[in-house]
Amino acid sequence: MTPAEAATGEITYLEAIREALFEEMERDPNVFCLGEDIGRYGGAFKVTNGLIDRFGENRVIDTPISEAAIVGAAAGAAHMGLRPVCEMQFIDFISCAYDMLTNYVATARYRAFLPCPMVVRGPSGGYVRGGPFHSQNPEAAFLHTPGLKIVYPATASDAKGLLKSAIRDEDCVLFFEHKYLYRRVKEAMPAGDHIVPIGKARIAREGRDLSIITYAATVWKALEAAEQLEREDGLSVEVLDLRSLLPMDDEAIVATVRRTNRVLVVHEDTETGGIAGEITARINDLAFEWLDAPVKRVAAHDVPLPYAPALEDFVLPQTSDIVRAARWLAAY
Amino acid sequence: MTASRAAPAASHPSALSRDQLLELYYWMRLTRSLEERLVNLYRQTKVVGGLFRSLGQEADAVGSAFALERRDVLSPLIRNLGSMLVKGATPLEILRQYMARGDSPTRGRELNIHFGDTERGFIGQISHLGDMVPVMAGVTLSFKLRGEDRVGLVYVGDGATSTGAFHEGINFAAVQRCPLVVVVENNGYAYSTPVSRQTAARHFVDKAPGYGIRGLQADGNDVLAVYQATKEAVDTARAGEGVTLVELITYRRKGHAEHDNQSYVPEGEIDRWAAENDPLDRYVRVLRTQLGFDAEAIAGIEARVGAEIDAATDEAERSPMPEPRDCLVGVYHDPPLAPVLWYREGVRSAVDSHERPQGWGTYDAR
Repeated sequence: MTPAEAATGEITYLEAIREALFEEMERDPNVFCLGEDIGRYGGAFKVTNGLIDRFGENRVIDTPISEAAIVGAAAGAAHMGLRPVCEMQFIDFISCAYDMLTNYVATARYRAFLPCPMVVRGPSGGYVRGGPFHSQNPEAAFLHTPGLKIVYPATASDAKGLLKSAIRDEDCVLFFEHKYLYRRVKEAMPAGDHIVPIGKARIAREGRDLSIITYAATVWKALEAAEQLEREDGLSVEVLDLRSLLPMDDEAIVATVRRTNRVLVVHEDTETGGIAGEITARINDLAFEWLDAPVKRVAAHDVPLPYAPALEDFVLPQTSDIVRAARWLAAY
Repeated sequence: MTASRAAPAASHPSALSRDQLLELYYWMRLTRSLEERLVNLYRQTKVVGGLFRSLGQEADAVGSAFALERRDVLSPLIRNLGSMLVKGATPLEILRQYMARGDSPTRGRELNIHFGDTERGFIGQISHLGDMVPVMAGVTLSFKLRGEDRVGLVYVGDGATSTGAFHEGINFAAVQRCPLVVVVENNGYAYSTPVSRQTAARHFVDKAPGYGIRGLQADGNDVLAVYQATKEAVDTARAGEGVTLVELITYRRKGHAEHDNQSYVPEGEIDRWAAENDPLDRYVRVLRTQLGFDAEAIAGIEARVGAEIDAATDEAERSPMPEPRDCLVGVYHDPPLAPVLWYREGVRSAVDSHERPQGWGTYDAR
């Protein structure tokens, strides 16, 4: 699909990402893509489908299976003024480039005044029977590294607008794409040059009694839970979609705490050391006196993600888990 | 493509002018004397971190960097002080950097010769060995994509060839036919680990055919041979013929860093290299006996180097220590400043009472 065709009507989360790539590559000749099987084949999920026809193999580079080289080469090219967009075929493989990202890329500006404007993007997350190595949510592993930025959109228009911001950002942005959402959520794109600023959360649903702070696929589960809680319990639940994890929108977090005084933090990643812990600490620091109940977490069990549906569904947070935890909080 | 292990002839490359032939000696002498000054400053505790010597490796650093043009880019390693000087780093910058001064090239953020300047064409390295190979693959990929007439050179040691990053980077650059020269400085040891424990390959240059690239090997202590081999590789890259691996055989006469007592080195090995294969001694002999320079020309360079280092040391000693709050600047382009922790009071007293920590390694300097 060309950007012109896509401009009419609804497009999927995946198509929104592709549209952002097309638009940014059209806009800026310094933008180029590199990754495994992204050229003629169009990528494992076809995110980059058609890019090579439009921009040629110098700007859509098929690489060897070398995540460290993909990220390292992107950094070198970024120092020289290019704007690389790296694809990790599955985000699970970003761990192969962990050293390059945390030691080289994240420190480049600080230690050597080297600009490193680049994006590392890839399909993330579970609920797709992908097993332990095609379902990961490694965002917390990078939250701890000053120098990186992290975004993880839940909607198609945020996916497009955040990717465009990420490509234009002067620093390295890790762009997590939820593969469960790739073809499941659709939206008409706002007209024109649609940009979503990094670092700004979004209220996905307004409410008065309780806040659910979350991001990515669990935004949709939180919305489902909120509807059920309104219907069955008469509870008014606010859902805050963080969109950006680093930097994190403290202002929006504090604002929702002040409105509802009860907070549930939900994420798909495992619980221990997950981002919910950081959010809880921030609420403790910034808005403790506004709380009427302890901050609670709903996250995945602390196990590698198993394959079988019965196991995966038991490990990952489900709508019913969110409903149960929200009821506990509301009754506190 | 095949590896050629024949070292290029060590006779003087006709392309170099007489001024350039002397210049090579100047850079090697500057490297050695500057490091000797740093040893003094280290012993006075004015160098606050570790000190890394390139004693005995000056020819490989200087001769290889000398084969690049100003517009070309290199990424140095810890024993490439000479390469950085050739590329335009100044003794004053090196001294301020080692002494952790506020006006050092990294404003006190990084140690030793870990700094870069893309204008002058050297990229600040990190300590993770091998990582600069993918980075330089990307730097040279940008030259290729933009059709720029520029070449990149990345240094790795014998130890770094064992890393995954080295393999991924050199392979990617080879596939993309990037204008990159990979110099493997084989100095016999990675910290305490000898080459025999690093690889089962007979020569590092033998790795080249596996990547489908050209391989060259040269005597790393013969500055003219180093220059000639590297120049050949640089010319290959510039001609669009891709990556060359250049193995330079040299010897690390000091420990990994100043604290390392080299207990692992066989008796007599260091003394033998110092007596028989010192790159400066060898080149002075070539200058005097083969190239017809007189003793005055050599002495003139030594006097110039001494004066330059003295002046730079005086200036570096006058340099201020960094302002603590400057450490919060520039993690990101936006926001440019990180917030101060609310309880961070009394920074001054903490900084002013600093003491030299115990050494980084196992041994005291001997």
